[in-house]
Amino acid sequence: MTDALTISNLSYDYAGTPVLADVSFSTAQGEFFIIIGPNGSGKTTLMKIMAGVLRCPDHGPLIFGKALNRYGRKELARCLAFVPQSIPADFPFTVREAALMGRSPHQGILGLERDRDMEIVEQAMDFTEVRHLADRRIDQLSGGERQRVFIARAICQEPKIMLLDEPTASLDLSHQARLMDLLDKLKRDRGVTVVMVSHDLNLAAMYADRLLLLRAGKVVRIGPPDQVLTFGALEPVYGCTLLVDVSPLGNFPRITLVPERFKTLNSGGGTSK
Amino acid sequence: MNDRAPSLMRRVLAVSMLTALILAVSIVLGISLGSTGAGADFWSWALGKSKDPVLEAIVWNIRLPRVMMAALVGAVLSLGGLVFQALLRNPLAEPYILGISGGSAVGAIIGILMGLSRFPGVSITAFAGSMATLALILMLASERSILKKDSLLLSGVMVNAFCTAVIMFLVSMTQDSRLHNIIYWLMGDLASADISQVRIIGLIVLPCVALIFGLSHAMNLLLMGKEMARTMGVNIAVVTLTLLTVTSLMVSVTVSACGLLGFVGLVIPHLLRLILGPDHRVLAPACIFGGGAYMVLCDVLARVLPQQGEMPAGVITAMIGAPLFVFLLKRSGS
Repeated sequence: MTDALTISNLSYDYAGTPVLADVSFSTAQGEFFIIIGPNGSGKTTLMKIMAGVLRCPDHGPLIFGKALNRYGRKELARCLAFVPQSIPADFPFTVREAALMGRSPHQGILGLERDRDMEIVEQAMDFTEVRHLADRRIDQLSGGERQRVFIARAICQEPKIMLLDEPTASLDLSHQARLMDLLDKLKRDRGVTVVMVSHDLNLAAMYADRLLLLRAGKVVRIGPPDQVLTFGALEPVYGCTLLVDVSPLGNFPRITLVPERFKTLNSGGGTSK
Repeated sequence: MNDRAPSLMRRVLAVSMLTALILAVSIVLGISLGSTGAGADFWSWALGKSKDPVLEAIVWNIRLPRVMMAALVGAVLSLGGLVFQALLRNPLAEPYILGISGGSAVGAIIGILMGLSRFPGVSITAFAGSMATLALILMLASERSILKKDSLLLSGVMVNAFCTAVIMFLVSMTQDSRLHNIIYWLMGDLASADISQVRIIGLIVLPCVALIFGLSHAMNLLLMGKEMARTMGVNIAVVTLTLLTVTSLMVSVTVSACGLLGFVGLVIPHLLRLILGPDHRVLAPACIFGGGAYMVLCDVLARVLPQQGEMPAGVITAMIGAPLFVFLLKRSGS
């Protein structure tokens, strides 16, 4: 089976400042793939390149074995959907209208809707649990609801790959869990390949099939959570003391930040011997 | 579910027909009013009950071109406001406030001083002027800060002030007799319209308007932000460039014919958005017909209000538009 998304030897710089250096990886179809790394490690740039927002002439991504640059714009939009880090809070349309816009890659230039489009929109709103908000305006919703609406919009594109840039960043705990469960369901029920950037190592450990750890534009490690989220890999990358053990929930790592005062306590205990 | 499919189409048609009807009524009103042969005289002539060659000449040669010109200008400025508000994602953007109109006025005056014909000569210099100001504004309010309302408006205000100064400078330096009506023209003058001019402007404006309607759904998608719109299949560069160029072209053509009419592109899109919602596929035709009707009615007021003579129509549009602008500015700040 061809990989859903392949990046090989990708380097990218903004006006001479290198952001990504020789990045290579690929994601299998139907995989939940999460990119982690500290601030400024190039996660968002990598995401934008995969989404086709930033174009790079050579070493660009392959989508199902075909170079991204060789896709037509609408053809790409039917294959790959993107939820950026900042979604507009002042979007004046209703939830249903916004979801319907996700159908535009399948429609003509004026976006005239057919019955089939409306069915897909209703299904997507059910799937993301925003059906009850269908006629509300998006600028009146909470952050978590708005995030789910824009994912409903992405689902309406009927993509095979879904890219999300820190979708849980500004959400409270219950909305974080809801959103991650939603993405997990998308992967399980529809076989969509989900690729996302996250700052939350514990969420990443719980949901990802595989992780990519990025540091200063270079790949540090790729693999299943228990191989990437190790004490040895994380501490040098994040530059702080971390405690890594096994989650009581299942067979995946749990990361705990160690505050300064515990560090002195421990080392004090160590030397008093 | 079955009647859902054409619902947008039906909505566009219904709104277009209703606003076109309002425009038609305004045009009839505009033609029926004037210093001579208004009211009962006009209607008895119009319904064929009496013959009046003088009134006939006035209607065909003076009032009709003027009213048609007003309708064209109103349509162009309203649609222009709608486009700028969508592209710059700024509810206060409008050709006049951004200085686009001012830039094309400078271009037009340079064209007049160079002794070019009104068309195509002056229209071309006006277009060049509007494109130059557009480039300047986009540069001043550079990429990153363009979403910030204040920086965009401030640069627009500055460009506008500069353009006004350049116009006055040119006028004072030359004392050119061709410019003796300049003050009147600057405040928006519809009185000098003739039918051949209306025809040419109509021919230029029509394809521009059609193109903008064709891109109206892309404008909806652009409101999601450039990144998301791009990944939904919108060619951002082509859509933005086409809309800006086409809008500047039609604005500059109307400015070179009738001068500066401010705030029309602010009042009409906001009013219609309040009534019809945010969908540009509905708003575009509504702005064309509604904006036309609004301008015709403003011109009627400009002709009817003074005891003697008339005032420039731009006085009326500014007196209605400027307070609304302040109101919107205050609301968007809170």
